[in-house]
Amino acid sequence: MHSSREVTAVQKQPSVPGTREPATASGDSIPVVPLKHPVRLVLAVVLILVALSAAWDVAVNQRYHWDVVVSYLFAPQILAGAGLTLVLTVVSMTVGIALGTVLAIMRLSDNPILSTISRAYIWFFRGTPLLVQLIFWYNIAALYPVIAFGLPFGGPSVVLGSANVLISPLGAALLGLSLNEAAYMAEIIRGGIGSVDKGQYDAARALGMSGGKLMNRVILPQAMRVVLPPTGNQVISMLKGTSLVSVLAISDLLYSAQIIYANNYQTIPLLIVASLWYLLMTTVLSFFQNKLERRYGRGFDSAPRRIRKPKTRTA
Amino acid sequence: MTTAMVEARGVRKNFGVIEILKGIDLRVEKGSVTCLIGPSGSGKTTFLRCINHLEKVDAGRLYVDEHLVGYAERNGKLYEMKERQTARSRLNAGMVFQRFNLFPHMTVLENIIEAPVHVLGRPRREVVVEAQALLDRVGLGNRGHSYPQELSGGQQQRIAIARALAMKPKLMLFDEPTSALDPELVGEVLDVMKSLAEAGMTMVVVTHELGFARQVADQVVFMDGGVVVESGPPEDVLDNPQQERTKAFLSKVL
Repeated sequence: MHSSREVTAVQKQPSVPGTREPATASGDSIPVVPLKHPVRLVLAVVLILVALSAAWDVAVNQRYHWDVVVSYLFAPQILAGAGLTLVLTVVSMTVGIALGTVLAIMRLSDNPILSTISRAYIWFFRGTPLLVQLIFWYNIAALYPVIAFGLPFGGPSVVLGSANVLISPLGAALLGLSLNEAAYMAEIIRGGIGSVDKGQYDAARALGMSGGKLMNRVILPQAMRVVLPPTGNQVISMLKGTSLVSVLAISDLLYSAQIIYANNYQTIPLLIVASLWYLLMTTVLSFFQNKLERRYGRGFDSAPRRIRKPKTRTA
Repeated sequence: MTTAMVEARGVRKNFGVIEILKGIDLRVEKGSVTCLIGPSGSGKTTFLRCINHLEKVDAGRLYVDEHLVGYAERNGKLYEMKERQTARSRLNAGMVFQRFNLFPHMTVLENIIEAPVHVLGRPRREVVVEAQALLDRVGLGNRGHSYPQELSGGQQQRIAIARALAMKPKLMLFDEPTSALDPELVGEVLDVMKSLAEAGMTMVVVTHELGFARQVADQVVFMDGGVVVESGPPEDVLDNPQQERTKAFLSKVL
């Protein structure tokens, strides 16, 4: 009762003339006693104790073999695997986002041919298992031994080379991951574009914009706000999903760990090593996601994040 | 007689089976102010959007500055324009919307310079100077670096007017520019529009502000059910309407 009355008094305060900024309100204001949260405090203490005891338990448990974890944490094989995982993720996501954007715009296009192509692409690549797609690209040479550009029905063609040479295991992995990701990203970006107010199209058109300019300058930057959170999800699930490429004998992070524990039987410690690296990478990626979300939230979220203060002009 | 800035002859527009405009004939002289009034659903906004080809005209002819809107006429046939051409032809008219439609991800200044820089390809430095002058003109010279969301509705609408003016249009279209505003903010927007009219801008305004129409308009057009019921100088249409439908509408609004 007591505190609520004080809060009401404070809410009236900004209307007092001369106190435009409540934070620096002068002496005549009524002191504020913030609402207390005693249960929250107790709960926090209990949870910290539980967490500490659990951590202690794990730390002193000999069967985790922490010494093995430490000795392999910076092993060259593991580091190389982590590097490869990161490369696979970055390249596949970049290609996936770029192609996904194109597919999303095609899907929303008035042109029935473009939208049908996009629909079919998304239908196919979302509808078949990624694992199958990866193995397909890996074995492409069995289906098409030679890759060539040319006219259909046996017309003249330019041979680019043997499929086995052109599409290495790493190439197959990147193709599989990128093309699959593009289908998912297309749907995410389509949703983002759909979330932009129709009045924005009117305004941009009335200013003489059309086509790519309208998309790039007005619609996509606003769609970003809606697109980013699920894209962050996609990046993280891609990071871990790259472990699927171990079927193509590519030594990504998880596969490198598996090779080691296949020899020394230290399964759990090496999986912990791999997990620690995955955790570190997702943490870093989430950090960048946050930055990007702030960047594209500009002008949508309220006050505190204003980048530039309003200048008073003399001109 | 001066040439018309906008000339509509038998303009029709359907949305599916619903006929929104049933043959609009209208002339807007250069340098004049025309107010379109009428009940909602009468087709005022649709007609305004047709002038800018935001809606496609289904039948009849609509000329802006003596150019057919949205079509090219060759050998007695009308050829639909490509989107890029249409976009170019829209540059004649600036448009202000009921819900402002400022670009929320850009600052006020960026909103204003966006189209001059990226559509007309003019040098940014030069455009910024003009934009600042426009901001001063609408009384918001110090808000260039704010984001639209940080401004009141009236301020946003004044920015929207400045944004349209930055393209140096020959004609300004206003689609219920004060309908989304708190009553106390209506005046500041109308003041900007009045000063624009005084400066000789050709304006077509869809509005419910009859006071503004009486004071500023050269021509008031009362529309209902997709047709022009009555048009003429404000003192005729607003104070001495001839048609029953106009009288009925005005008696409810006033």
